[in-house]
Amino acid sequence: MPIAKVNGVEVEFELGMTVLQVAELAGEEIPRFCYHERLSIAGNCRMCLVEVKPGPPKPQASCALPAAEGQEIFTSTPMVKKAREGVMEFLLINHPLDCPICDQGGECDLQDQSLGYGRDDTRYEENKRAVEEKYMGPLIKTAMTRCIQCTRCVRFITEIAGNSEIGLISRGEDVEITTYLNAAVTSELSANVIDLCPVGALTSRPYAFEARPWELKKTESIDVMDGLGSAIRVDSRGLAVLRVLPRVNDDVNEEWISDKTRYAVDGLQRQRLDKPMARDAAGRLRPVSWGEALDIAAAKIKGAGSKIGVIAGDLQDAESMKAAKDLFGPLGASLDCRQDGSGLGDGPRESWLFNPTINGLDQADAVLIVGSNPRLESPVLNARIRRQWMAGKLTVGVIGQGGDLTYDYEHLGDDAAAVSGLAKSKSEFAKAFKLAQRPLLLIGQGALLDAGSLAALSGLVKAFNLVRDGWNGWAVLHTAASRVGGLDMGFVPAAGGKTAADLVKKGGASVLVLLGADELDLSKSDAFKIYVGTHGDAGAHAADLILPGAAYTEKDGLYVNTEGRVQMGQRAVFPKGVAKEDWAILRALSERLGSALPYDSLDQIRAKLFADHPTFGQIDYAPGSKPSSVDLTKLGDAKVASKGGYANMVTSFHLTNPIARASVTMAECSALASGTKMAAE
Amino acid sequence: MVGILEDKDRIFTNLYGLHDWGLEGAKTRGCWNGVKDMLDAGSGWIIENLKASGMRGRGGAGFPTGLKWSFMPKEVKDGRPHYLVVNADESEPGTCKDREIMRHDPHLLIEGCMIASRSMLAHACYIYIRGEYVQERERLEAAIKQAYEAKLIGKNNVNGWDFDCHVHHGGGAYICGEETALLESLEGKKGQPRLKPPFPAGAGLYGMPTTVNNVESIAAAGTILRRGAGWFAGFGRPNNLGTKLFCVSGHVNLPCNVEEAMSIPFRKLIEDHCGGVRGGWGNLKAVIPGGASVPMIPASACEDLPMDFDALRELKSGLGTAAVIVMDKDTDLVRAIARLSYFYKHESCGQCTPCREGTGWMWRVMERMATGEAEMKEIDTLLDVTTQVEGHTICALGDAAAWPIQGLFRHFRGEVEDRITSYRAGKPHVAGHTLVAAE
Amino acid sequence: MSVRRLAKDQPDSFDFSKDTLKKAQWWIAKYPDNRKQSAVIPLLWLVQKQEGWVSEPSLRVIAEMLGMPVIRVLEVATFYTMFQLSPVGRVAFVQLCGTTPCMLRGANDLNSVLKKKIGEPHHLSKDGNFSWEEVECLGACCNAPMAAINDYYYEDLTPQLLTQILDDFAAGKSPKPGSHIGRKSSEPKDAVHTLTDPKLYDGSAAKKIVIPNLPPKETNPKKAPAA
Ligand SMILES: Cc1cc2nc3c(=O)[nH]c(=O)nc-3n(C[C@H](O)[C@H](O)[C@H](O)COP(=O)(O)O)c2cc1C
Ligand code: SF4
Ligand code: FES
Repeated sequence: MPIAKVNGVEVEFELGMTVLQVAELAGEEIPRFCYHERLSIAGNCRMCLVEVKPGPPKPQASCALPAAEGQEIFTSTPMVKKAREGVMEFLLINHPLDCPICDQGGECDLQDQSLGYGRDDTRYEENKRAVEEKYMGPLIKTAMTRCIQCTRCVRFITEIAGNSEIGLISRGEDVEITTYLNAAVTSELSANVIDLCPVGALTSRPYAFEARPWELKKTESIDVMDGLGSAIRVDSRGLAVLRVLPRVNDDVNEEWISDKTRYAVDGLQRQRLDKPMARDAAGRLRPVSWGEALDIAAAKIKGAGSKIGVIAGDLQDAESMKAAKDLFGPLGASLDCRQDGSGLGDGPRESWLFNPTINGLDQADAVLIVGSNPRLESPVLNARIRRQWMAGKLTVGVIGQGGDLTYDYEHLGDDAAAVSGLAKSKSEFAKAFKLAQRPLLLIGQGALLDAGSLAALSGLVKAFNLVRDGWNGWAVLHTAASRVGGLDMGFVPAAGGKTAADLVKKGGASVLVLLGADELDLSKSDAFKIYVGTHGDAGAHAADLILPGAAYTEKDGLYVNTEGRVQMGQRAVFPKGVAKEDWAILRALSERLGSALPYDSLDQIRAKLFADHPTFGQIDYAPGSKPSSVDLTKLGDAKVASKGGYANMVTSFHLTNPIARASVTMAECSALASGTKMAAE
Repeated sequence: MVGILEDKDRIFTNLYGLHDWGLEGAKTRGCWNGVKDMLDAGSGWIIENLKASGMRGRGGAGFPTGLKWSFMPKEVKDGRPHYLVVNADESEPGTCKDREIMRHDPHLLIEGCMIASRSMLAHACYIYIRGEYVQERERLEAAIKQAYEAKLIGKNNVNGWDFDCHVHHGGGAYICGEETALLESLEGKKGQPRLKPPFPAGAGLYGMPTTVNNVESIAAAGTILRRGAGWFAGFGRPNNLGTKLFCVSGHVNLPCNVEEAMSIPFRKLIEDHCGGVRGGWGNLKAVIPGGASVPMIPASACEDLPMDFDALRELKSGLGTAAVIVMDKDTDLVRAIARLSYFYKHESCGQCTPCREGTGWMWRVMERMATGEAEMKEIDTLLDVTTQVEGHTICALGDAAAWPIQGLFRHFRGEVEDRITSYRAGKPHVAGHTLVAAE
Repeated sequence: MSVRRLAKDQPDSFDFSKDTLKKAQWWIAKYPDNRKQSAVIPLLWLVQKQEGWVSEPSLRVIAEMLGMPVIRVLEVATFYTMFQLSPVGRVAFVQLCGTTPCMLRGANDLNSVLKKKIGEPHHLSKDGNFSWEEVECLGACCNAPMAAINDYYYEDLTPQLLTQILDDFAAGKSPKPGSHIGRKSSEPKDAVHTLTDPKLYDGSAAKKIVIPNLPPKETNPKKAPAA
């Protein structure tokens, strides 16, 4: 490896690194504004200037300069110090210095770096420049006078989000960041620009003036808004979650989260179920005590024999599903965690995983997307596909509805016939898929609704050699955070049991236990419905008995993401009112039923879970493409007729779960996205 | 005889447009003569001879042209065509020479494009002409049409090197003269300079190997090869060879463009070609010798001054584009430089911090210096600010904005100080009402 | 330069005329197929020629035509000050060069003429026929002071000459561009002492010549080698 000297100390570095990276390797901090590891290099703020020998006798922008063997890098010479002070001074002359009323205060790069590298006075005596306000939509609040023109937002939206909606217009000292005619940014990843903005020019509109960062309790947790399991930080004060920010997890979300992940949290304060309720003789829901509620539930369950159905919703933690399974399984109940009717669940584990792993997308050279719109189902994952495509390394084909995915693809049809026909297809994509070293079959839930479709997909495994040494290209994209966990523990109907769709039919069950299941049409069901959950959504409206549970920010819980990675969510705040954590509700109910579950604490239930299903014990591990003897070529049932054109499962990105549907912010975004509301001026 | 250069040694024989600009006229004057032989002699030969001629880029930086061409990859990799891009943005204040080439001798340019392209294995060339040059663009288009029709260029042309020559309509921004900003602009974007490395020879237009040259550098290539490197190298002082177009503007009696030998003494240039300084040699105050970006020099330095790269660099100035702006004793130098500061503020692309913020700051202070309103201590602050811009930016516009101010204060600081003092002297020392002492 | 904004009053739509469209396609054809965006400046210019200025709907039409995001077109239109974002004088739009070389030769006096005859810069005259602005160096410094009126350069101006030119425009005439003191171009006025040798123009230079320094014939293959 080549060697350079940083302030006289030798460091080894990898070829291709920049001077900035090498200086950091040596432990030197290099101030910067425009540079960001995950964006293209702009080199425009000039804050990262260092002295480099050999080279011209002037400071060099270290973020953009390739490091070279034998180079000498100096980060604290008088030249460097003066350069930094100079740039800092330039950045501040037209900056409003309104830190006391700026939401970025306390977490502002400009504030921090001016302390570290700036002059102690100002010599600028002219008037400061003011920049006209801009509108960017319901999520991004702007104060454009504070902008330092680093163009991080432009680069993010253009390069990563793939919606060229933000630009830097005009020139010279009049340059301005704006969208086209103040249109709202429509990207599902738009709010990441708020994190990227190093100053207070782009801040969070929903969180505006809510709190100062130092007042917040910060809890590291896992997102449940889609199947990706993004790493998040939940910032709360008292009982309220005030904001959600991304954490870095290079294997999953890198450092991005979707707008829903970030902004559905106001839904945690609204339409909450905070006390048990039961329907009275007049058919009205009225509050009852926990004792009464559990008594009613126990009585109904006891009277139902084996005609019990238990359906787990999309946001359910593994512990509560485990408790439900342990409690209702022995009673002969039908269990299902697949509200959407997906047919996965009785093959090998690999059949429902995103086997190549999310990271593996960076190696894929051809992706066939079937029955999915990854942009709406998992925007962060979609950005990875886009990145690989942008790098010119990926060919994409789509079977299904397609739409604007932020990259180009060949549309190959929309049904199982197109899937089966691919092997013989003369399309460009089929050729590329055949030749690919790392072919990836991205399967959306929309293509899993019948056994025939599954069989067709399964047929591709052999035809395109999807599973090979070191690579398993079978990649199921789940939209529900609970799904893989549910499938992993067998939260599906046992032989002869009923699926969710059957359970909600008239006469489908005598008692229906809905664990946060809100995506079902319950209008035909004549069962006694017990809803365990958090929001006054579809399930609660239909319920005869409501047992208030805890939302994902209010409990510790395990979630398994689409690639089979088990991750731990953490409690940031307490459940609302007298609501309880879901597993604890079931534990209490078990006692009333006379078959007390064998655990009294979260640790004990987890121990049981790990013992019964060892994969849950592998925290933060994604199995990936192990050399495996698993056969994915015979899934499904070719004899079952496919149901026709694949529909995308997520059509309204902002409204996919009860929390999001309770969110005012999401409602606003949804209205904008569907065109029912125009951007405000 | 006037000047040094004889008519027989001039490259731009229709500089003033007194003769036919078209193909026939150009051929009569020798253009296109022997081009096939030059092309047949191959890439290496062309580059060697350009090197031997001592030609240095005429766009301002003075980089040896043959050497620059030699940086291009020696073979064309699959799917990575090479490009020649000609810089006809001509926006450096004081400079108006490329314009005359394009409207009066366009075939010299087209011929040069073909030769240069051959040397760098390019089959296509774009001439980026500033948007406001409408007449020049129309003329150039017409000449290119003639060359295509005469099969001098295009596919299967008589010269034996497939070659397309396109005029690109520029945006009329000074910054698009900077070669990488020019490439951005040519790609249909804002003209914001790129970071270097990578250099254009590695990744230029559309990411392909590209060389950018000034119109004059390219247009001279044909004649240089036709008459031999030695002929060209016979003019000027070592390291400053050849003939050069000088654009003389400002306070001379007969402002004009003229082709002269490099290193011609300043006074000879002015007096032989430009009718001398307005009001006589003794009335000369200062000169900006190479376009607005170079620092001015005082009259005292001008007497025996050879007009070339090295002599002017010794004076902490530069030959730049050889656009000589002459200022006589009536000139308000502070105002003249303040106006340039406004120019740089106006033309900054706004990309990098020191230039975006610094040019506006410098201009505002310069405006107050021009009226005398500024304070004495601001002079040093201003000079310090110029050093915070200079050398800290992505492209050389930052330097160009700083240098004229530095040049002013280097030689005429006293003038600014006097103005500040006299401004104050004429004003009451307290603004607004003052108390009148009680009787 | 002040902040550049699209005009408040905008037409509902923009359409290329047949003629402009043909020219637009001619420009687009100059660039590789997947590099159509290169034509954005020429297209904006064509729009300006057709309409007198660049309207908001035209930005969208251009974006569509070149397959580029409309924000990128807006960036370009606002970056290059050559593009007029609101209507300019129908009869004459004067761009007076105010940069130092022109200033040294009297651009400020021309500035006063324009103010008197047309009014404030960046404003249409009452009849909508005239407007003007000061611009930066137009690259004709040896013919300073000068102004571009509509598409062409009017050079070697004095206040009297400029007044006359404006009056001519107002009277419906088309004053000739170029030097207004009788120069052909940028030669020293009435004192051209160079380029007078008749041998330069008698065709002798067109006779067959031997290029000096050519490599010996045998290593000079007929077909050009690759490098
Ligand atoms: C701000 C700036 C403006 C420039 N303007 C021009 C110009 O108008 N014309 C030009 O030929 N070169 C201009 N240059 C120089 C070019 O970057 C480049 O050096 C030149 O075109 C190279 O050609 P040459 O090697 O033939 O001189 C400019 C450079 C800078 C930094
Ligand atoms: S120096 Fe000025 S013109 Fe050059 S890149 Fe920086 S801001 Fe743009
Ligand atoms: S300064 Fe006016 S044309 Fe150059």
